[in-house]
This record gives sequence, structure tokens and C-alpha cells, in this order.
Amino acid sequence: MKTEEIHQTLTARLGDAIGALHAETIDPWIEVQATAIVDVTRVCKEDPALRFDFLSSLCGVDAGDSIFVVYHLYSYALRHSTVLKVKVPKDTPVTRSVTGVWRGADWFEREAYDLFGVRFEGHPDLRRILLPDDWEGHPLRKEYVFPSHYGGIDNTRDYNI
Amino acid sequence: MSLYNELPATFVTTNVDKLMNWGRASSLWYLLFGLACCGIELMQTGGPRADLDRFGSVPRATPRQSDLMIVAGTVTLKMASRVKLLYDQMPHPKYVISMGSCANCGGLFDKGYSVLRGVDKVIPVDLYVPGCPPRPEALTEGILEIQDKIHRERYLIRNS
Amino acid sequence: MATLQTIEMELNMGPQHPSTHGVIRFILRTDGEVIAECKPDVGYLHRSIEKIAELCTYNGFMPYTDRVDYVAAMFANECWASACEKLMDVPVPKRASYLRVLSCELNRISSHMIALGAMAQDVGAVTPFLWALREREHINDFIEELCGARLTFNYHRIGGVSFDMPKGWRDKVLRWLDDFEPAMEEFDRLITLNDIYVKRLADVAVITAEEAKDFGLVGPNLRGSGVKWDLRRADSYSVYPELEFDIPIGTGEMGTTGDCWDRFWVRCQECRESAKILRQALDKIDEHPEDDIVGKLPKKMKPQGEAYARVESARGDMGCYVVGRGGAEAYRARFRTGSFTAMGIIEAKSPGLFVADLVALIASLDVVAPEIDR
Repeated sequence: MKTEEIHQTLTARLGDAIGALHAETIDPWIEVQATAIVDVTRVCKEDPALRFDFLSSLCGVDAGDSIFVVYHLYSYALRHSTVLKVKVPKDTPVTRSVTGVWRGADWFEREAYDLFGVRFEGHPDLRRILLPDDWEGHPLRKEYVFPSHYGGIDNTRDYNI
Repeated sequence: MSLYNELPATFVTTNVDKLMNWGRASSLWYLLFGLACCGIELMQTGGPRADLDRFGSVPRATPRQSDLMIVAGTVTLKMASRVKLLYDQMPHPKYVISMGSCANCGGLFDKGYSVLRGVDKVIPVDLYVPGCPPRPEALTEGILEIQDKIHRERYLIRNS
Repeated sequence: MATLQTIEMELNMGPQHPSTHGVIRFILRTDGEVIAECKPDVGYLHRSIEKIAELCTYNGFMPYTDRVDYVAAMFANECWASACEKLMDVPVPKRASYLRVLSCELNRISSHMIALGAMAQDVGAVTPFLWALREREHINDFIEELCGARLTFNYHRIGGVSFDMPKGWRDKVLRWLDDFEPAMEEFDRLITLNDIYVKRLADVAVITAEEAKDFGLVGPNLRGSGVKWDLRRADSYSVYPELEFDIPIGTGEMGTTGDCWDRFWVRCQECRESAKILRQALDKIDEHPEDDIVGKLPKKMKPQGEAYARVESARGDMGCYVVGRGGAEAYRARFRTGSFTAMGIIEAKSPGLFVADLVALIASLDVVAPEIDR
């Protein structure tokens, strides 16, 4: 199924929760409200016309004042794929966790929390995964300043590139 | 029939320092500390073609039984305290080879936020082997240089 | 008679350990030898590759992609190149695609050699690792003749590859392939079908097909659980539609479908399938003109938009999501790797296993630290 048809199927079942279809890009994407992402993904997984049983990737993208959480979905049974995006404001980046739908989302959401600061409500164990527990800041945000010290180690560059 | 006339070639004269150094250099046991890509080249250097075992160097899994630590790969800030802990657990006399550009100076990752720019910021290094990753021949030359360094050491002669 | 009271013990399977594949730490809570809980702690090799992508040009980022998975670096190169080609709409000439297939399949065999050898070593058999490294040395020689490097290749470029096959390379590879298939037979007799090895791995840590799909396992881990799915056939990219090969899956031959032995067996069979692909590709590459190895690139590489490309790497489906906003550098680059999701299943599968079986589980999932941490 093409993304336009997927968008029509989802809008027919879920109405307002589904936002606009952005079809001008190479991979068309569907915008979804943060409060509705769990219902939308559950429909995506269980609807017999969609059957998205594989969460390919879940990541964050910094877009200035907001952060997009991007979901790439794929279906083994029907061999089609789609992209969902949830937009959260940067000062209160909160959305819902989809670990109830795909258990593989667990670690992806922890990574998005670690690197962007997005909080996923309903996640069983939301803590930092790649950086040490006492790290400050969320590195993949565009305004992040690289630290020159950590844990008593002086990490300044003492040679010129 | 005296023993001396029968077996002349079995007597060697040396001094204790040289004997000790010969023993230590010919059995440099290294800690299996492959952190990143250089770790794979370390495995290949211990492998069948560029065999490190012929120099007496066998890998040990625990720092308490090894006298050489080959820091092979990028040291991140999260890992740095563990590197120091492992170095402290090795008994004296101990040597450190910093293998690859990431361990020497941060390498191509020095633009990153989470990478320690050179393992010599946490532990003292005896030898730097450049490369990304260094070929097995380069690491073998590094081991031979450490062996030369050991041969030059003098413990028992005062004021040396 | 009183029963013995035991208390749980907290063990650290630390970042420096001979059996974790790279720097990964597990915090175990065990009751004697039986694990009650196993929490993985990763991030000891987090080298901020995704942030560095925002500081490098598109072609300049290629050496960093090697380090995303240094054991099978060609696939990461190809993944980044495919994502950028999709973003910038650059065509790839056929000869370049064949060279990509050749370099990637050689790298698949050498990556599986490390996986199989390391798994045998973790379970206790030391010899297969050295036999596997012997084959890997031959492959390193071939790839070094092709692109100049033994481990971190930087071979693919956006639009194609960087060098063509040198003269005489094809005959050397064909001669080695004639020796490789008997070597795999010998390897099987030594370890794969060895009674002790089978007893160690059969029925250990069974992962069903439903669990594998739910947790997002890909590649040989997914195929070991019986799911017949391979990106090279399903989503046919590059020149794979012109090549004939089978997809091996785990069938529970020695135990249950989805146990550790099945995942080992799938990798052995994949080496043989890759050998088949290499022979066919070496045959077909000469139908395309020599030195036509890079497609037509745009004058300035400053694309706008986003793209997601996938390749079937040695560890499974590797995806790259790249966002461009009109600059010479990427705005966001993200790598989705097979080992990251494979780590997620270890916590769920470990209660009830012996500590030695945990080692076998980690080895059978073929996790490497750089893919998890990037």
C-alpha cells in the first residue's frame, strides 16, 4: 500500500488523531498527535490491511523549537512501509511510550530520552542508556555545548588540528 | 672425566639483571583489552598469520596476571575510570602500549563529545603505535620495542 | 531435615571481559549459577558518531560509517551511500553495484568467521577461532588489494565505489573459493556437528518467531527463529535480483527452532550462500564496461529532504535515516543497527539461564559493541 492509502485507512479509523500527510518528500510521512500515538500504532499493528509488525526505527530530530520523534514502520506480511512523526515542543518534550505495542521500542525510547531529552510516559524504565548516568545535557540537541571536563578528567584538546 | 670438559657449551655468564630482563621480555603476557576496531587487529595479530605467541606473548583475561596492557581502541569518558582501575590492578612491573590513533590522541573522534582525547590522560603510556588501525606488523614492532625497553632496564645496579 | 537457604549474589560481568563482544557490561543477580536478572549496561563505546555527521560533508563522513560496525564495515558504507543517493537522486552504474556486491559478500563471510569463531571460543573451544581467522586473513588480503585497507575500508562513495578490480583479482578469489568450501566442511566436522557443542547449545535460550519480530530482531537472529525473510530478496536492492541464492532458516534440527544452535547454523549456511553469490557476481561483472564506477553527482552536494535506506548487513537489517537541510553537512544522520535491538531481548530471555548459557546467548546473537553504542 502506498502512504496515501495508509493515511486514508488511518483517518477512517481514527479521525482527528491523524494529522496531515506530507507527500512532497522522498518518503511521505504522516503527522500524529502526541496523545494519540499509542492508539495509532496499535491500529497500525493490528489492522489486517496494515499489519505493521516491525518497528524499524524510532529516533528524534531537532527542529529548532520542537523535536520530532520519527517512527519508521515496516510490515513483514504485506511488504510495505510508512513513516509517522510526532512533534513535541522543546521545553516540555513529553509523549507516550509504545513499548506496549512493540517490545523493541524500549531501548529506542531510552536512546531518544538520553540524546534529546524526550520523556516517554508509560515507559517501564526510562533512564540514560548510552551516556553515563551523571551526564548533564542532551547532546544531539543543536544548542548543546561540548563539555571540556568530566569526572575529574581534563578533556581539552592540547594540540591544534 | 670432569663435567667441565664433557659439557663446555652449557655454561653462560651474565648478570642477574640481564637474566631477569630476558625472562620478562620473552614472556610479556598482555591483557585482552580490545575496546574497538583496533581490538580486531589485536586479535588478528595474535592469530595464525602474524603470530604473537612466538614472542611469548599470550593474552590473559585478567589484569592480575598480565604485565602488558595494550589499549586497543577508543577510550570513552564512561570507560576512562575503568581503564584506570584495570591499570591499578596490574602488578608491577607493568607496561602500557597505546595502540591506534584513538588511544593516542582521540583519533578521528576527537570532534565528539564523549571521547577521551588520548589514554595518556588517565594512565602513563610507554609506547604509542600509530595507525587506524595499525597493521599486525606495526603492533609486532611495538612489542619488540617494548622488549628492547625491558632489556635496557636495570634494577639491581645502584645509581643506574 | 532443613532445606538450604540461599541468598542472591550480585555479579558484575564488567566492560572488560573476554566473552562480551566488545565493551558491554552486564549486572547479574544470580542464585548460585542460575540468573535471576540480567541488566545490560551499554555506552562504553559511544563515540558520538551521529553528532559528528552534523560536522562533516556527506562524502567526508564515509570513514566514520566504517566504525559503526567495524567487523562488517562494507555494509555500513553501502548503507550511508544508499541513503545519500536516495536523498540526492544519484544513479549508480551496474559495474559499481556488482563491485559493491562483491565487497559486501566477502565482508559478510569474514564477519561470520569472527562470529562463529568467537561463539565457539566463548563456549570453550579455542581451535575454531584460529581456523576462522585463517580464512579471514585471506579475505583481508583480497579487500586490501581492492581498496587499500584491512579493516576500515572507506571503499564505497556516493554514486558508486572508489576503485575498480585490479588485474588478476578475479582469479585469486576464485582459487580461494575453491579452497573455502572444503574448509567450511572441515569446520563443520570440527565444531558445528560436534556432540559436545550441540549439547551445549541445543534448546538453550529459545526465541520464537513472534518474540523475534516483536523485539525487532533482524538478520540471522530472525532467520534462526524460522522467519524466512531476507532484505536482499524481499526489498531487492542493488543487483541482487539477478543473482540466485537461498535463504537458510533455523528448523530446530538439533533441538528447538530458535535455539542458539540454529542461529549458529544459519550463519554457517549463509557463508556458503555468499560463496555462491561471489561466483555468480565474478562471472557477470564483465558484461559492464570497466572503470564506470561512479554515477553522475550533482555539482554541489547540498540536498534538501530526508531519506531512509536499508541494507542486509551481516548482523541484519541496517538502516540509515539522513535529513538534509540545504547545507554541505547532513542535518541529522541516524543508524539503525541489528545489535541494538538484539541487546533488548537479553534482559527478557536471561532469567532461569546458567551464567555459561548467558555467554552462549550473547555470542549467538552476534552483538558487537559499536553497533549498539555508535
